[in-house]
Amino acid sequence: MKPAPFAYIQPRTEAEALAALAEHGDDAVVLAGGLSLGAMMNMRLVFAGVVIDINQLTDLDYLRNEDDWLRTGAMLRQADALASPEIAGVLPLLHEGLRHVGHYQTRSRGTLGGSVAHADPSAEIPLCLATLGGDVELSSQRGTRRVAARDFAESALSTCRAGDELITALHWPIQGNGGVAFREIAQRHGDFAVVAVAATVRRSGAGFSYSLGFGGVEGRPRVLDGVAPDTNWGGFARDAVAAFVDTLAPMEDPRVSAAYRSDVSVHLGIETLLEALGKAA
Amino acid sequence: MTDVKRIGRDERVRVTCTVNGKRQSGFAEPRTLLSDFLRHELYLYGTHVGCEHGVCGACTVTLNGRLARSCMTFAVQAEGAAIGTVEGLSDAGTLNALQRAFTEFGALQCGFCTAGILISATHFLAKVPNPTEEDVRAMLSGHLCRCTGYEGMVRAILSVAESSS
Ligand code: FES
Ligand code: FES
Repeated sequence: MKPAPFAYIQPRTEAEALAALAEHGDDAVVLAGGLSLGAMMNMRLVFAGVVIDINQLTDLDYLRNEDDWLRTGAMLRQADALASPEIAGVLPLLHEGLRHVGHYQTRSRGTLGGSVAHADPSAEIPLCLATLGGDVELSSQRGTRRVAARDFAESALSTCRAGDELITALHWPIQGNGGVAFREIAQRHGDFAVVAVAATVRRSGAGFSYSLGFGGVEGRPRVLDGVAPDTNWGGFARDAVAAFVDTLAPMEDPRVSAAYRSDVSVHLGIETLLEALGKAA
Repeated sequence: MTDVKRIGRDERVRVTCTVNGKRQSGFAEPRTLLSDFLRHELYLYGTHVGCEHGVCGACTVTLNGRLARSCMTFAVQAEGAAIGTVEGLSDAGTLNALQRAFTEFGALQCGFCTAGILISATHFLAKVPNPTEEDVRAMLSGHLCRCTGYEGMVRAILSVAESSS
Protein backbone atom coordinates (compact mmCIF):
# COMPACT_ATOMS: atom_id res chain seq x y z
CA MET A 1 0.00 0.00 0.00
CA LYS A 2 1.55 3.20 -1.20
CA PRO A 3 0.12 6.70 -0.93
CA ALA A 4 -1.28 8.46 -4.00
CA PRO A 5 1.00 11.15 -5.43
CA PHE A 6 1.16 14.50 -3.65
CA ALA A 7 3.29 17.62 -3.65
CA TYR A 8 5.54 18.21 -0.66
CA ILE A 9 6.26 21.44 1.18
CA GLN A 10 8.73 21.68 4.03
CA PRO A 11 8.42 24.97 5.95
CA ARG A 12 11.10 25.77 8.52
CA THR A 13 9.19 28.37 10.53
CA GLU A 14 5.66 28.78 11.78
CA ALA A 15 5.19 31.79 9.47
CA GLU A 16 6.19 29.69 6.46
CA ALA A 17 3.84 26.92 7.53
CA LEU A 18 0.94 29.35 7.89
CA ALA A 19 1.70 30.83 4.47
CA ALA A 20 1.65 27.36 2.92
CA LEU A 21 -1.65 26.59 4.67
CA ALA A 22 -3.14 29.90 3.50
CA GLU A 23 -2.13 29.01 -0.04
CA HIS A 24 -3.25 25.37 -0.11
CA GLY A 25 -5.85 25.24 2.66
CA ASP A 26 -8.31 22.43 2.15
CA ASP A 27 -6.14 20.66 -0.42
CA ALA A 28 -3.33 20.24 2.13
CA VAL A 29 -2.69 17.95 5.08
CA VAL A 30 -0.25 18.74 7.87
CA LEU A 31 2.33 16.05 8.56
CA ALA A 32 3.66 15.91 12.12
CA GLY A 33 4.87 12.53 13.46
CA GLY A 34 2.99 10.81 10.65
CA LEU A 35 1.97 7.80 12.73
CA SER A 36 -1.73 8.24 11.93
CA LEU A 37 -1.64 10.28 8.76
CA GLY A 38 0.97 7.99 7.15
CA ALA A 39 -1.20 4.94 7.70
CA MET A 40 -4.28 6.68 6.32
CA MET A 41 -2.43 7.90 3.25
CA ASN A 42 -0.93 4.45 2.62
CA MET A 43 -4.36 2.88 2.89
CA ARG A 44 -5.70 5.63 0.64
CA LEU A 45 -8.23 6.74 3.17
CA VAL A 46 -6.70 10.20 2.84
CA PHE A 47 -5.81 11.88 -0.44
CA ALA A 48 -3.98 15.16 -0.32
CA GLY A 49 -2.84 17.47 -3.07
CA VAL A 50 -0.14 18.84 -0.80
CA VAL A 51 1.60 17.51 2.29
CA ILE A 52 2.96 20.23 4.57
CA ASP A 53 5.67 18.63 6.71
CA ILE A 54 6.09 20.53 9.99
CA ASN A 55 8.87 18.34 11.41
CA GLN A 56 11.38 21.16 10.89
CA LEU A 57 9.34 23.48 13.12
CA THR A 58 11.48 22.81 16.16
CA ASP A 59 10.17 26.07 17.68
CA LEU A 60 6.95 24.18 18.36
CA ASP A 61 8.73 21.46 20.35
CA TYR A 62 8.57 22.91 23.87
CA LEU A 63 7.02 22.68 27.30
CA ARG A 64 6.39 25.90 29.21
CA ASN A 65 4.88 26.82 32.55
CA GLU A 66 2.51 29.79 32.36
CA ASP A 67 0.93 30.61 35.76
CA ASP A 68 -1.65 27.91 36.38
CA TRP A 69 -1.24 26.42 32.92
CA LEU A 70 1.26 24.17 31.27
CA ARG A 71 1.66 24.95 27.62
CA THR A 72 2.95 22.27 25.27
CA GLY A 73 4.06 23.10 21.75
CA ALA A 74 2.29 21.13 19.06
CA MET A 75 5.49 19.31 18.07
CA LEU A 76 6.35 18.04 21.55
CA ARG A 77 6.98 14.33 20.98
CA GLN A 78 4.96 11.85 22.99
CA ALA A 79 8.07 10.03 24.22
CA ASP A 80 9.58 13.28 25.51
CA ALA A 81 6.31 14.23 27.21
CA LEU A 82 6.15 10.82 28.86
CA ALA A 83 9.73 11.18 30.10
CA SER A 84 9.18 14.74 31.37
CA PRO A 85 9.41 15.02 35.18
CA GLU A 86 7.50 18.31 34.90
CA ILE A 87 4.50 16.64 33.27
CA ALA A 88 4.66 13.73 35.71
CA GLY A 89 4.66 16.29 38.52
CA VAL A 90 1.98 18.78 37.52
CA LEU A 91 -0.08 16.85 34.97
CA PRO A 92 -0.15 13.31 36.34
CA LEU A 93 -3.28 12.52 34.32
CA LEU A 94 -1.47 13.26 31.06
CA HIS A 95 1.49 11.21 32.25
CA GLU A 96 -0.79 8.24 32.94
CA GLY A 97 -2.60 8.70 29.64
CA LEU A 98 0.64 8.85 27.65
CA ARG A 99 1.67 5.42 28.90
CA HIS A 100 -1.24 4.04 26.91
CA VAL A 101 -0.52 5.97 23.70
CA GLY A 102 0.54 3.62 20.92
CA HIS A 103 3.84 1.85 21.51
CA TYR A 104 7.38 2.69 22.60
CA GLN A 105 8.26 2.92 18.91
CA THR A 106 5.38 5.14 17.78
CA ARG A 107 5.68 7.55 20.72
CA SER A 108 9.23 8.32 19.62
CA ARG A 109 8.06 10.50 16.72
CA GLY A 110 4.35 10.85 17.52
CA THR A 111 3.44 14.33 18.72
CA LEU A 112 0.89 15.74 21.15
CA GLY A 113 -0.48 18.19 18.58
CA GLY A 114 -0.75 15.55 15.88
CA SER A 115 -2.83 13.30 18.09
CA VAL A 116 -5.25 16.13 18.90
CA ALA A 117 -5.45 17.17 15.23
CA HIS A 118 -6.15 13.62 14.10
CA ALA A 119 -9.02 13.33 16.62
CA ASP A 120 -9.27 9.57 16.77
CA PRO A 121 -12.24 8.93 19.10
CA SER A 122 -10.20 6.58 21.29
CA ALA A 123 -7.02 8.67 21.47
CA GLU A 124 -5.70 9.27 24.97
CA ILE A 125 -4.14 12.73 24.56
CA PRO A 126 -7.29 14.56 23.43
CA LEU A 127 -9.21 12.65 26.12
CA CYS A 128 -6.88 13.92 28.86
CA LEU A 129 -7.02 17.46 27.46
CA ALA A 130 -10.83 17.45 27.38
CA THR A 131 -11.11 15.90 30.85
CA LEU A 132 -8.81 18.52 32.35
CA GLY A 133 -10.69 21.33 30.60
CA GLY A 134 -7.71 22.40 28.48
CA ASP A 135 -7.59 24.38 25.25
CA VAL A 136 -6.29 23.90 21.73
CA GLU A 137 -4.44 26.87 20.23
CA LEU A 138 -4.91 27.39 16.49
CA SER A 139 -3.00 29.87 14.37
CA SER A 140 -3.45 31.11 10.84
CA GLN A 141 -2.52 34.24 8.94
CA ARG A 142 -5.87 35.57 10.18
CA GLY A 143 -4.76 35.35 13.79
CA THR A 144 -4.65 33.00 16.77
CA ARG A 145 -7.57 31.54 18.69
CA ARG A 146 -8.04 29.17 21.61
CA VAL A 147 -10.77 26.55 21.48
CA ALA A 148 -11.87 24.50 24.46
CA ALA A 149 -10.69 20.93 23.91
CA ARG A 150 -14.20 19.71 24.67
CA ASP A 151 -15.48 21.61 21.62
CA PHE A 152 -12.52 20.98 19.32
CA ALA A 153 -13.45 17.57 17.92
CA GLU A 154 -16.84 17.51 16.23
CA SER A 155 -17.01 13.82 15.46
CA ALA A 156 -14.59 10.99 14.71
CA LEU A 157 -11.55 12.37 12.83
CA SER A 158 -13.28 15.70 12.32
CA THR A 159 -12.52 18.93 14.16
CA CYS A 160 -13.34 22.63 13.99
CA ARG A 161 -9.87 23.43 12.63
CA ALA A 162 -10.23 25.54 9.48
CA GLY A 163 -8.22 24.55 6.40
CA ASP A 164 -5.72 27.39 6.85
CA GLU A 165 -5.17 26.80 10.57
CA LEU A 166 -2.34 25.01 12.31
CA ILE A 167 -2.48 23.66 15.86
CA THR A 168 0.40 25.48 17.49
CA ALA A 169 -0.01 24.61 21.18
CA LEU A 170 -2.07 22.82 23.78
CA HIS A 171 -2.94 24.54 27.06
CA TRP A 172 -3.26 22.30 30.12
CA PRO A 173 -4.73 23.63 33.36
CA ILE A 174 -2.62 22.58 36.32
CA GLN A 175 -4.83 21.02 38.95
CA GLY A 176 -2.75 21.20 42.11
CA ASN A 177 -3.24 18.45 44.66
CA GLY A 178 -5.81 15.82 43.97
CA GLY A 179 -6.15 12.38 42.52
CA VAL A 180 -6.10 11.15 38.95
CA ALA A 181 -6.67 7.79 37.29
CA PHE A 182 -6.57 6.52 33.75
CA ARG A 183 -7.77 3.13 32.60
CA GLU A 184 -8.51 1.59 29.28
CA ILE A 185 -9.56 -1.66 27.68
CA ALA A 186 -7.91 -2.53 24.38
CA GLN A 187 -7.74 -5.79 22.44
CA ARG A 188 -3.98 -5.87 22.83
CA HIS A 189 -1.38 -3.72 24.55
CA GLY A 190 -0.98 -0.40 22.75
CA ASP A 191 -3.89 -0.99 20.41
CA PHE A 192 -6.76 1.45 20.03
CA ALA A 193 -8.86 1.58 23.18
CA VAL A 194 -12.32 0.07 23.05
CA VAL A 195 -13.06 2.42 25.92
CA ALA A 196 -10.65 4.72 27.78
CA VAL A 197 -11.57 6.61 30.94
CA ALA A 198 -9.71 9.50 32.54
CA ALA A 199 -10.55 10.93 35.94
CA THR A 200 -9.35 13.94 37.88
CA VAL A 201 -10.59 14.68 41.39
CA ARG A 202 -10.04 17.58 43.78
CA ARG A 203 -11.21 18.16 47.32
CA SER A 204 -13.85 20.87 47.33
CA GLY A 205 -15.74 21.94 50.44
CA ALA A 206 -17.19 18.92 52.20
CA GLY A 207 -16.77 16.65 49.17
CA PHE A 208 -14.83 16.28 45.97
CA SER A 209 -15.27 17.84 42.56
CA TYR A 210 -14.44 15.55 39.70
CA SER A 211 -14.24 15.31 35.92
CA LEU A 212 -14.61 11.90 34.34
CA GLY A 213 -13.82 11.67 30.61
CA PHE A 214 -14.80 8.83 28.30
CA GLY A 215 -12.88 8.10 25.08
CA GLY A 216 -13.74 5.61 22.36
CA VAL A 217 -17.43 5.59 23.25
CA GLU A 218 -18.74 8.34 21.00
CA GLY A 219 -16.98 10.00 18.08
CA ARG A 220 -15.30 12.44 20.45
CA PRO A 221 -14.39 12.56 24.15
CA ARG A 222 -17.34 13.07 26.49
CA VAL A 223 -16.82 14.41 29.99
CA LEU A 224 -18.95 14.27 33.12
CA ASP A 225 -18.26 16.99 35.70
CA GLY A 226 -19.73 16.59 39.15
CA VAL A 227 -19.35 16.66 42.88
CA ALA A 228 -18.88 13.53 44.95
CA PRO A 229 -19.73 13.18 48.64
CA ASP A 230 -17.09 12.94 51.32
CA THR A 231 -17.63 9.22 51.97
CA ASN A 232 -19.71 6.28 50.72
CA TRP A 233 -18.53 6.62 47.17
CA GLY A 234 -19.51 3.16 45.99
CA GLY A 235 -23.24 3.73 45.51
CA PHE A 236 -22.67 7.29 44.39
CA ALA A 237 -20.19 6.35 41.67
CA ARG A 238 -22.42 3.54 40.39
CA ASP A 239 -25.41 5.84 40.02
CA ALA A 240 -23.56 8.85 38.62
CA VAL A 241 -21.62 6.84 36.03
CA ALA A 242 -24.56 4.69 34.95
CA ALA A 243 -26.78 7.76 34.54
CA PHE A 244 -24.12 9.52 32.42
CA VAL A 245 -23.32 6.52 30.23
CA ASP A 246 -27.04 6.19 29.63
CA THR A 247 -26.98 9.56 27.88
CA LEU A 248 -24.19 8.48 25.49
CA ALA A 249 -24.69 6.90 22.08
CA PRO A 250 -21.86 4.32 21.94
CA MET A 251 -20.25 3.51 18.60
CA GLU A 252 -20.66 0.09 17.09
CA ASP A 253 -18.06 -1.71 15.00
CA PRO A 254 -17.69 -5.25 13.70
CA ARG A 255 -15.80 -6.40 16.80
CA VAL A 256 -17.44 -4.34 19.52
CA SER A 257 -21.19 -3.87 19.88
CA ALA A 258 -22.71 -0.70 21.27
CA ALA A 259 -24.09 -2.67 24.22
CA TYR A 260 -20.64 -4.02 25.12
CA ARG A 261 -19.09 -0.54 24.85
CA SER A 262 -21.78 0.78 27.12
CA ASP A 263 -21.18 -2.01 29.67
CA VAL A 264 -17.43 -1.49 29.62
CA SER A 265 -17.94 2.26 30.03
CA VAL A 266 -20.02 1.78 33.16
CA HIS A 267 -17.60 -0.65 34.80
CA LEU A 268 -14.44 1.15 33.79
CA GLY A 269 -16.00 4.52 34.66
CA ILE A 270 -16.84 3.41 38.18
CA GLU A 271 -13.41 1.84 38.76
CA THR A 272 -11.58 4.87 37.42
CA LEU A 273 -13.60 7.38 39.42
CA LEU A 274 -13.17 5.35 42.62
CA GLU A 275 -9.44 5.06 42.05
CA ALA A 276 -9.08 8.83 41.61
CA LEU A 277 -11.28 9.56 44.64
CA GLY A 278 -9.20 7.19 46.72
CA LYS A 279 -6.02 9.00 45.71
CA ALA A 280 -7.51 12.44 46.39
CA ALA A 281 -8.79 11.60 49.86
CA MET B 1 9.06 32.45 1.03
CA THR B 2 11.04 31.45 -2.02
CA ASP B 3 13.44 29.33 -0.03
CA VAL B 4 10.76 27.01 1.35
CA LYS B 5 11.44 23.53 0.03
CA ARG B 6 8.73 22.42 -2.39
CA ILE B 7 8.69 19.24 -4.44
CA GLY B 8 6.08 18.77 -7.15
CA ARG B 9 3.91 15.65 -7.12
CA ASP B 10 5.62 14.03 -10.10
CA GLU B 11 9.06 15.42 -9.42
CA ARG B 12 11.90 13.06 -8.63
CA VAL B 13 14.58 14.57 -6.45
CA ARG B 14 17.91 13.45 -5.09
CA VAL B 15 17.82 12.63 -1.39
CA THR B 16 21.11 12.49 0.49
CA CYS B 17 21.34 11.16 4.01
CA THR B 18 23.75 9.38 6.30
CA VAL B 19 22.91 5.72 6.75
CA ASN B 20 24.81 3.85 9.44
CA GLY B 21 27.42 6.58 9.40
CA LYS B 22 27.94 6.54 5.65
CA ARG B 23 26.71 9.23 3.25
CA GLN B 24 24.31 7.78 0.71
CA SER B 25 22.04 9.19 -1.90
CA GLY B 26 19.25 8.11 -4.20
CA PHE B 27 16.14 9.42 -5.88
CA ALA B 28 12.65 9.81 -4.55
CA GLU B 29 9.27 11.32 -5.36
CA PRO B 30 7.38 12.95 -2.49
CA ARG B 31 5.30 9.81 -2.05
CA THR B 32 8.26 7.42 -1.95
CA LEU B 33 8.29 5.68 1.42
CA LEU B 34 11.55 5.68 3.34
CA SER B 35 11.30 1.88 3.51
CA ASP B 36 11.19 1.64 -0.29
CA PHE B 37 13.96 4.20 -0.62
CA LEU B 38 16.25 2.20 1.67
CA ARG B 39 15.53 -1.06 -0.12
CA HIS B 40 15.21 -0.07 -3.75
CA GLU B 41 17.42 3.00 -4.05
CA LEU B 42 20.11 2.24 -1.49
CA TYR B 43 19.85 -1.56 -1.83
CA LEU B 44 19.71 -1.97 1.94
CA TYR B 45 17.40 -4.96 2.08
CA GLY B 46 17.85 -5.56 5.80
CA THR B 47 14.87 -3.31 6.59
CA HIS B 48 11.77 -5.43 6.02
CA VAL B 49 8.30 -4.32 5.03
CA GLY B 50 5.35 -6.17 6.52
CA CYS B 51 2.16 -4.16 6.71
CA GLU B 52 2.91 -0.69 5.35
CA HIS B 53 0.60 0.94 7.83
CA GLY B 54 2.64 1.24 10.96
CA VAL B 55 1.39 -1.80 12.83
CA CYS B 56 3.90 -4.63 12.47
CA GLY B 57 7.15 -2.81 13.23
CA ALA B 58 9.24 -4.79 10.72
CA CYS B 59 10.36 -1.57 8.99
CA THR B 60 11.51 0.23 12.16
CA VAL B 61 14.69 2.30 11.75
CA THR B 62 16.18 5.23 13.63
CA LEU B 63 15.84 8.71 12.15
CA ASN B 64 17.96 11.36 13.86
CA GLY B 65 18.00 9.23 16.99
CA ARG B 66 14.26 8.58 17.14
CA LEU B 67 12.56 5.37 16.19
CA ALA B 68 10.59 5.67 12.98
CA ARG B 69 8.30 3.37 11.08
CA SER B 70 10.06 3.76 7.73
CA CYS B 71 6.83 2.74 5.96
CA MET B 72 5.17 5.85 7.35
CA THR B 73 8.04 8.22 6.76
CA PHE B 74 8.59 9.73 3.35
CA ALA B 75 12.06 9.49 1.86
CA VAL B 76 12.13 13.24 1.21
CA GLN B 77 11.83 13.78 4.96
CA ALA B 78 15.18 12.04 5.41
CA GLU B 79 17.16 14.63 3.44
CA GLY B 80 20.22 15.42 5.55
CA ALA B 81 19.14 13.03 8.28
CA ALA B 82 21.05 10.31 10.10
CA ILE B 83 19.42 6.92 9.66
CA GLY B 84 20.20 3.70 11.46
CA THR B 85 19.26 0.31 10.00
CA VAL B 86 20.01 -3.28 10.94
CA GLU B 87 23.00 -3.32 8.60
CA GLY B 88 24.71 -0.93 11.02
CA LEU B 89 24.52 -3.24 14.02
CA SER B 90 27.13 -5.83 13.14
CA ASP B 91 30.74 -4.92 12.71
CA ALA B 92 31.92 -6.11 9.29
CA GLY B 93 29.83 -9.23 9.61
CA THR B 94 30.59 -9.91 13.26
CA LEU B 95 27.34 -10.01 15.21
CA ASN B 96 27.02 -7.64 18.16
CA ALA B 97 26.06 -8.74 21.68
CA LEU B 98 22.33 -8.29 21.11
CA GLN B 99 22.41 -10.19 17.82
CA ARG B 100 24.38 -13.02 19.45
CA ALA B 101 21.86 -13.15 22.29
CA PHE B 102 19.02 -13.40 19.75
CA THR B 103 20.73 -16.41 18.22
CA GLU B 104 21.50 -17.99 21.55
CA PHE B 105 17.98 -17.65 23.00
CA GLY B 106 16.11 -18.63 19.85
CA ALA B 107 14.68 -15.14 19.50
CA LEU B 108 14.21 -15.53 15.77
CA GLN B 109 12.97 -18.14 13.37
CA CYS B 110 12.12 -16.80 9.92
CA GLY B 111 13.75 -13.47 10.75
CA PHE B 112 11.16 -11.33 9.03
CA CYS B 113 10.42 -9.25 12.14
CA THR B 114 13.97 -9.35 13.48
CA ALA B 115 15.55 -6.29 11.87
CA GLY B 116 12.96 -3.92 13.28
CA ILE B 117 13.06 -5.55 16.68
CA LEU B 118 16.86 -5.33 16.89
CA ILE B 119 16.70 -1.62 16.05
CA SER B 120 13.97 -1.02 18.65
CA ALA B 121 15.71 -3.05 21.32
CA THR B 122 19.01 -1.24 20.73
CA HIS B 123 17.28 2.13 21.09
CA PHE B 124 15.37 0.88 24.14
CA LEU B 125 18.43 -0.48 25.96
CA ALA B 126 20.20 2.86 25.46
CA LYS B 127 17.26 4.67 27.10
CA VAL B 128 16.35 2.03 29.69
CA PRO B 129 19.58 0.19 30.58
CA ASN B 130 18.04 -1.81 33.44
CA PRO B 131 14.57 -2.76 32.24
CA THR B 132 12.14 -5.06 34.02
CA GLU B 133 10.61 -7.94 32.13
CA GLU B 134 7.40 -5.92 31.97
CA ASP B 135 9.24 -2.97 30.37
CA VAL B 136 10.69 -5.28 27.73
CA ARG B 137 7.32 -6.86 26.98
CA ALA B 138 5.68 -3.43 26.69
CA MET B 139 8.40 -2.32 24.27
CA LEU B 140 7.99 -5.50 22.20
CA SER B 141 4.25 -4.85 21.92
CA GLY B 142 5.17 -2.47 19.11
CA HIS B 143 6.28 -5.40 16.95
CA LEU B 144 4.53 -8.42 15.53
CA CYS B 145 6.29 -11.76 15.29
CA ARG B 146 4.39 -14.66 13.78
CA CYS B 147 6.96 -17.29 14.71
CA THR B 148 8.61 -17.12 18.08
CA GLY B 149 6.03 -16.22 20.71
CA TYR B 150 8.40 -13.46 21.92
CA GLU B 151 9.74 -15.46 24.88
CA GLY B 152 13.23 -15.81 23.43
CA MET B 153 13.39 -12.12 22.62
CA VAL B 154 12.45 -11.15 26.16
CA ARG B 155 15.18 -13.38 27.55
CA ALA B 156 17.75 -12.23 24.99
CA ILE B 157 17.12 -8.55 25.69
CA LEU B 158 17.17 -9.05 29.47
CA SER B 159 20.39 -11.02 29.26
CA VAL B 160 22.11 -8.24 27.31
CA ALA B 161 20.86 -5.67 29.84
CA GLU B 162 22.19 -7.77 32.72
CA SER B 163 25.58 -8.43 31.22
CA SER B 164 26.17 -4.76 30.41
CA SER B 165 25.08 -3.41 33.79
S1 FES C 1 5.88 -2.31 7.47
FE1 FES C 1 6.09 -0.53 8.65
S2 FES C 1 5.14 -1.03 10.48
FE2 FES C 1 4.67 -2.74 9.23
S1 FES D 1 10.84 -14.70 13.50
FE1 FES D 1 9.35 -14.97 11.98
S2 FES D 1 8.08 -13.26 12.26
FE2 FES D 1 9.40 -13.13 13.92
